[in-house]
Amino acid sequence: MASLIETTACEGLLPVATQDVTLGELPFACITSVAPFDGRQDAVAAALKAMGLGWPGPGQSVRAGDAACFWAGRDQAFLIGAAPEGLAGIAALTDQSDGWARMHLEGPGAEAVLARLIALDLRPAAFPEGAVARTGLGHMMAVLLREGPQSFQIMVFRSMAGTAVHNLHQAMRAIAARAAV
Amino acid sequence: MRLTCPLCGDRDRREFHYYGAEVYADRPDAGAALDAWDDYLHLRDNPAGETRDLWYHEIGCSAWIVVTRDTVSHRILQTALLTARQRQVGKFVYQEGDLREVPAKPGAATGGERP
Amino acid sequence: MRIAGKGLVDGSATIGFRFDGRDYTGFAGDTLASALLASGVRLFGRSFKYHRPRGVMTTGAEEPNALVTVGRGARAVPNVRATVQEIHGGLEARGQNAWPSLGLDLMAVNDLFAPFFGAGFYYKTFMWPRAFWERLYEPLIRRAAGLGALSGRSNDEAYEKAWAFCDLLVIGAGPAGLMAALGAARAGAEVILADEDSRMGGRLLLESHEVAGRAGADWAGAVLAELGAMANVRLMTRTTVTGAYDGGTYGALERVGLHVANPSEDLPRECFWRIVARRAVLAGGAHERQIAFANNDRPGIMTAGAVRGYLNRWGVAAGRSVTVFANNDDGHRTARDLVAAGVRIAALVDVREDVAMAGDFPVHAGARVIDTVGRQSLREVVIADREGRVSRIASDCLAVSGGWNPALHLACHMNGRPVWREDIAAFVPKPGMVPGMRVAGAANGAFSTQACLAEGLAAAAAVLDDLGFKAAPVDLPEAEDGAVRIRAYWEVPGATHRAWLDFANDVTTKDVRLAAQENFASVEHMKRYTTLGMAPDQGKNSSVTALAILAETTGRGIAETGTTTFRPPYVPVSIAALGAGGQGRGFAPKRLTTSDRAARERGAPMIEAGLWYRPSYFPRPGEATWREACDREVAMVRDRVGVCDVSTLGKIDIQGPDAGRFLDLVYSNTFSTLKPGRVRYGLMLREDGMVMDDGTTACLGPGHYLMTTTTAAAGQVMRHLDFVQQAHCHDWDLRMISVTEAWAQFAVAGPLARDLLNSVLAEPIDGAAFPFLACGEVRLMGVAARLFRISFSGELGFEVAVPARYGAALWRDLVARAESLGGGAYGMEALNVLRIEKGFVTHAEIHGRVTAFDIGLQAMVSGKKDCIGKAASTRPGLSGPEREQLVGLRPVAADRAIAAGAHLFDEAAEAVSANDRGYVTSACWSPTLGSHLALGFLRDGRARIGTRVRLVDHLRKAEVLCEVTDPVFFDPEGGRARG
Ligand SMILES: [Zn+2]
Repeated sequence: MASLIETTACEGLLPVATQDVTLGELPFACITSVAPFDGRQDAVAAALKAMGLGWPGPGQSVRAGDAACFWAGRDQAFLIGAAPEGLAGIAALTDQSDGWARMHLEGPGAEAVLARLIALDLRPAAFPEGAVARTGLGHMMAVLLREGPQSFQIMVFRSMAGTAVHNLHQAMRAIAARAAV
Repeated sequence: MRLTCPLCGDRDRREFHYYGAEVYADRPDAGAALDAWDDYLHLRDNPAGETRDLWYHEIGCSAWIVVTRDTVSHRILQTALLTARQRQVGKFVYQEGDLREVPAKPGAATGGERP
Repeated sequence: MRIAGKGLVDGSATIGFRFDGRDYTGFAGDTLASALLASGVRLFGRSFKYHRPRGVMTTGAEEPNALVTVGRGARAVPNVRATVQEIHGGLEARGQNAWPSLGLDLMAVNDLFAPFFGAGFYYKTFMWPRAFWERLYEPLIRRAAGLGALSGRSNDEAYEKAWAFCDLLVIGAGPAGLMAALGAARAGAEVILADEDSRMGGRLLLESHEVAGRAGADWAGAVLAELGAMANVRLMTRTTVTGAYDGGTYGALERVGLHVANPSEDLPRECFWRIVARRAVLAGGAHERQIAFANNDRPGIMTAGAVRGYLNRWGVAAGRSVTVFANNDDGHRTARDLVAAGVRIAALVDVREDVAMAGDFPVHAGARVIDTVGRQSLREVVIADREGRVSRIASDCLAVSGGWNPALHLACHMNGRPVWREDIAAFVPKPGMVPGMRVAGAANGAFSTQACLAEGLAAAAAVLDDLGFKAAPVDLPEAEDGAVRIRAYWEVPGATHRAWLDFANDVTTKDVRLAAQENFASVEHMKRYTTLGMAPDQGKNSSVTALAILAETTGRGIAETGTTTFRPPYVPVSIAALGAGGQGRGFAPKRLTTSDRAARERGAPMIEAGLWYRPSYFPRPGEATWREACDREVAMVRDRVGVCDVSTLGKIDIQGPDAGRFLDLVYSNTFSTLKPGRVRYGLMLREDGMVMDDGTTACLGPGHYLMTTTTAAAGQVMRHLDFVQQAHCHDWDLRMISVTEAWAQFAVAGPLARDLLNSVLAEPIDGAAFPFLACGEVRLMGVAARLFRISFSGELGFEVAVPARYGAALWRDLVARAESLGGGAYGMEALNVLRIEKGFVTHAEIHGRVTAFDIGLQAMVSGKKDCIGKAASTRPGLSGPEREQLVGLRPVAADRAIAAGAHLFDEAAEAVSANDRGYVTSACWSPTLGSHLALGFLRDGRARIGTRVRLVDHLRKAEVLCEVTDPVFFDPEGGRARG
């Protein structure tokens, strides 16, 4: 029997680039939401530790190689790029791999691009490397992570990928046009 | 307008959904008299001054928070997680450690008219 | 006229532009106003009501007169201040409010009828008859009056919004602002310095003052160079801070592309900033006031500060023979600077008798200007000396200084009221009116350059102290430190002609007196009665003078009279900038399903459902109307098999030991008894007893449920569940998360649904192993999937869910298989018909005002447990025969169409609202039953099944006699879905 072909969330939309900012789609990764049950917070943290990770505090992320654990809201984290080993039964787990369009924004103008769409203080002191925010990108719910001085990961709902790319690209072009004046 | 989510920190008010007075969290017992339900559902105070209301960090962490603010000066006095609320006799208090005092807002003790 | 060697413009860079159809040139650094003045243009526009000729009056954003329209067609922007618009190659501007041309304006005839057009004229004259107002008076007035006109077309240019954060926002880059920024920046604070001009420096660019022994502009340049090199400083030129809001948030308008020749389409015209600042220093300077005297509005009459400003900054002499009229020493500065540049001063007229001013020109102490002469431009100034002797002075420019008003607007945006200072005859801000904001320099009533520098530095020191920064050394430079010498003087008494206050809105001193006389004596009433302060300058040039005259007329003091309320925005902000980012996908994100592309490829028109886009129907060759496609799709599902994307329904994963108990609380019916592998329909109430939403919830395993919501209510339900859990039972052990986006879900419905599914499933299913309302995990085409046996069509139905990355492929595959079985894809129209035939409700029925009783589901409110909304749903009035209840409606003549929104009446009753018995919520043509059908609410409807009602559609003028039926029209026993 024929098998089903996979389609990524940003298929046909990315990458896009302007003079000093690029926006690309991140490769598919397994994402599991992890929400510890009552009284199992320590056990969950221990299980994550065994994977080389740990439970992230609000607004933080923990990384180990290709795997990462992002704080993703109240009592909730996203385990990205690793299977949720040892977490069954102690935390509510759901597969979120397909629920998100995951993008990568990089370049000297990245922060300025985001300032057009996100009402968040993204200055490095307020939002340092590894910081995570559940916030709004335009009118879209988003997860934002600072990867480095000039690079961010952005996650939005899969169905809104087209709008997110459109809005980000528009902001990128505006920044580029300003630089050209 | 900015609100401090106890989990996420300082955020623009556009990330929040407003729900009205804090008393909406005080659901009457199932067998309560109709008057109690009427009060709970429909009757609200409208104070000039300190008030507490419910906000949902919808474009954020999905926490419900209780915001103490002044309807005259618009000053935000305190924000706390709704889950930190504990029922006590006649009034409500918050568990230690769950409160987040709003950091000195611009002008809290400055701007000329010092308290 | 340019004065060689004067000014800060770059005389080597010539720029051509057009004004009123003629070509002009100017220099880099010129505004439209300075370039036109240099070219000898005096007439910039016509006034609002009387079409009086008006010239430029100021150098800044407060300009009331020189309002022009820039650009062409849909991109034309009216009411642009010529004093703010920089010239650039390709700039095309024209004067406003004149027809056919600025020079020959036929509407100027209004001026002849001026005696009839006093304050309140419109209110009094056009009161009666009332109907005339809308149809006759208002359109007429609007055509004749008004400032610039909008193009009426959608502007396609780019506008932008953005956010910024800082420790200190400094508003204004004059001497005070520069010192504040320098002091804070050197100490390491993150500083944003915003200034509305294209070049920072404020009044230092307009005056001949020296600072620290250098020209003021040079000193400013050196400070800006230092600031510009610091990583913790952001300099925002062309940026006007427009409002102060709660929590240290400031609005600011940046002119990004308005000065650029041939801008890229991507370059925003303007950007609206929201700046969140821990502290702010307002150093926005001051505005010079006019003095009211007869005919004080002729082109060539300007503020004294503007006349010397044009000279010092742009090297432009505003006239060949200038008369100065003042009540304070500032006028003398103008005379001094002009004389030094070789411009003739015809006279200095000072209302003060004790004025000592030496110069090579006549000085008239204790005199006043009583009239002016000249049609489209000033020719003569008429003065009266202290004895009342009248003389005429030939003069083409009159520089007037009535004193200065601190630009304290932003400090008052949170309802603070300024205080009156008699010694400088000005309102000044009170400290602390905007939390976190300090005011420094001229905006604070400190008018000397030295005082501005000192206040700016002191403000920085105070901010650093507040924020815990250690101050770094900054020297206070030396500068001019003249005291303010002024005699409050608002109007020249005994004017024989109109003396203007609000130049843009044509309000005179007489209008203000008339307001007081007619008892509109409070300053807020006077403003609205006369419209003073309601033009684009919002009273910056007129308000204080007007209230001083009002105070005098009413016998009150100025302090007692007070100011009107200051509200944002400080300068006009285009709607395009305020709404930037709010067009198209910026207004609302588009949510697209995984089958979106395939549906569009098949020509399906898409309709919005919440933010989602869903196919209406899938047209096939030969189908002329949507109805033909819809009828075919309905028949396909009833007879063969159809496939429909239902991924848009909300899906919430709920897990935990207390999950079942929680579902019992939020649903009216019981879920804790639901076994793994089973699905149940649930009804969700609001706490007030009304139905919130409905949907199915599947039990995926012990303590693990998957709730579905309707598409439109998904967000509301998630918020509600979070509230119930966090407010009422946060100690219950359960976790929730939306998984809507993770799964692509397709309904497969029709008699052949199982055959279709069995062709893709790894292990076939049958009716016994997978009965109605079963669910489970399956594998199809190598992918782990979920299968639910539920039906919204009344047919044998399944919904199959796969991870969303497989959605596009699976949809194409399922549709192809359905087509090979004689079926195919179906859209929202068919889905709607199928559910109406079955009497299933949607949000057309559960619209927020209906109870479980109303829709006939009162049995679903379990008597054995509490639930949200249960107590309220039992209150009197929410059930019983007086309620409008869900019924089916079928026309007695089957071919008579019914439309949703129509109202129901007893057969013999008149169709008036007193006799209203209900309304239609959903209607369709049912190809299955060969009849129009409708669902609706009818008072005591269930008791009236079998009777007839009259359906009246007032909007579409239709009347249909209907039979009241059970809402389930088709297969009432439900055998087809269970089979
Ligand atoms: Zn939050």
